[in-house]
Amino acid sequence: MGIDNLLLGFQVAITPFNLMVAVIGISLGTVIGVLPGLGGANGVAILLPLTFRMPPTSAIILLTSLYWGALFGGAITSILFNIPGEPWSVATTFDGYPLAKKGLGGQALTAAFSSSFVGALFATILITLFAPLLAEIALKFGPPEFFAIQMLTFSSFVGLGGSDPLKSIVSIALGFILAAVGLDIVTGQLRLTFGMTPLMSGFDFIVAVIGLFGIGEILISVEEGLKFEGAKTKINLRVVLDTWKMLGQYWRTFLRSCFIGFWMGFKPGGATPASFMSYAFARRASKNPERFGTGELEGVVAPETAAHAAGVAAMLPMLTLGIPGSPTAAVMFGGLIIWGLQPGPLLFKEQPEFVWGLIASMYTGNLLGVLMVLAFVPLFAAILRIPFAILTPFIVLICAIGSYAVHNNMIDIWYMIIFGVVGYVFKKLHYPLAPLVLALVLGDLAENALRQSLIMSQGSPLIFLNRPIAGVITAVAAFFFVLPAVNYWRHRGKPHLAQISGDSTS
Amino acid sequence: MRAADIATASFLMLLGAVVLFDAVRLGFRWGSDGPQSGFFPFWLAVVVIAHSAGIVVQAVRKHSTEAFASREQLRMVLTVACPAAALVLFTYLIGLYVAGAIYLFFYMRLVGRHSWASVVALSLSIPLATFLVFEKWFLVPLPKGPLEAWLGY
Repeated sequence: MGIDNLLLGFQVAITPFNLMVAVIGISLGTVIGVLPGLGGANGVAILLPLTFRMPPTSAIILLTSLYWGALFGGAITSILFNIPGEPWSVATTFDGYPLAKKGLGGQALTAAFSSSFVGALFATILITLFAPLLAEIALKFGPPEFFAIQMLTFSSFVGLGGSDPLKSIVSIALGFILAAVGLDIVTGQLRLTFGMTPLMSGFDFIVAVIGLFGIGEILISVEEGLKFEGAKTKINLRVVLDTWKMLGQYWRTFLRSCFIGFWMGFKPGGATPASFMSYAFARRASKNPERFGTGELEGVVAPETAAHAAGVAAMLPMLTLGIPGSPTAAVMFGGLIIWGLQPGPLLFKEQPEFVWGLIASMYTGNLLGVLMVLAFVPLFAAILRIPFAILTPFIVLICAIGSYAVHNNMIDIWYMIIFGVVGYVFKKLHYPLAPLVLALVLGDLAENALRQSLIMSQGSPLIFLNRPIAGVITAVAAFFFVLPAVNYWRHRGKPHLAQISGDSTS
Repeated sequence: MRAADIATASFLMLLGAVVLFDAVRLGFRWGSDGPQSGFFPFWLAVVVIAHSAGIVVQAVRKHSTEAFASREQLRMVLTVACPAAALVLFTYLIGLYVAGAIYLFFYMRLVGRHSWASVVALSLSIPLATFLVFEKWFLVPLPKGPLEAWLGY
């Protein structure tokens, strides 16, 4: 049964047109991953309007390939330039850049790309096996279960996100408030518009993503005064093959990192903490932990494997539950709705070609991706030699185009600029942006689930506790919500633990 | 950093108060057939106000001498943000392609001080390529102005 579906998927994914789409997506994605200010989430958001007229399956293949490319691109800048293009590549710089400085950049890149591939492959296999089961279970869910799962999504940002829990909660609430602006579809009343006509249509999260992550990121990087000091690198077939021979001995690290990545990535905001955790575990398990940070190949393998496993795993809740686990998945979720599909468990029943085409394209996309980046690393690295005064206006311009094209609405470009400034301030003050975006995406769904649940129970919030599945999920969510407070009381008087930068834009 | 933290959190509290005000207007209790329109926003506003207050308390207690951004850093941020705002204004007036060309031209020349030849070439070719990709191939219309009208688009 499962195999049949996957074969059907491959028939969709390996048509010449879809393979071409994947190649274009990966190339563009790698460029986006290398460029400062552009990452997976806003890259996908900017290109979304171009897919409105494509068949949905090709469209999702384009966007997911873009995402894989962006994940690969992040590794190039971290290793060669010591600039993490994405938050989850920070841990890759620890050993990647020292390796590149020693002249072993080729080995580091090969290790990074191969690990990414292994992580992605592992997560894709797990998705293939478990997605249909999870969708089957999710079909039985009612509004209370969905609301509980959404709470779990947001609680994991608070409990595990690594940012200041107070600021995470404020971010989440702000996202929900932004989502509530405009027409209330249940009662037909206008909310939070204060008589202003442009506010009636509300805020589109795609514009928010482009502003917060695109423009905000550029403002942050110009402020830091970008200087690219790239390490020279040689990469050829010989280096690749020699590195592959060495990678075999790290099978334990691979396996451990795959599990960490998938486990963390299945929950929201997971890619960044997964990469740090995996790095820390690899160092603890190593026979010579003192070599970590000075250019140890294993220190590249661990975070890259985990980050990619997490990045792929983030697709699982979006496909099966209709709840995106990361901003990038959220943008794809928005795409699904625009293409006329209903994200969630019914997708497996009603659109098997789409779902299995997408899953099959995860295999082909990642395989194509690893081959392409290995072959064209120097080309992609050359992008960072383009002067900043040319890159900046170019990126701003395409962000503006992307924002406008979502609804053909001028006001959206203004919102983009405002979101950009907000993103800059929030980033500097360590308010996490990912939960804000997710709350903006899920706002209406969450509110409707809450309202329907309360109607079912005649206003009693106990409905989230006394239904078995919802009760368990609510309990776990409550645990994560109060976890920071518990930790705070336990560690009172002690200095704060070093915090992982918790803003994942996976 | 501390002042900026307090200012931002205070602003968010104010925002929360505005939301609270509108939620009360809409009604935040149990209506005839379920929760009223203001129910969800009301509790969100309460959450924002309470936690922003917590952030203010936290920031007041913490001692930090670190500035939010130096004068030089702010200047760098403004050299990106102001032209970007100008780009949006000009897009509104004369369409995206011409505004984009002007924006690229001035930014590369004045901020980047690149040679005239490369500045002219890039500021013409990028909008032209955009036009081909969006308008021609993917049929996504972008804002156009008098020049495009004169050319017949």
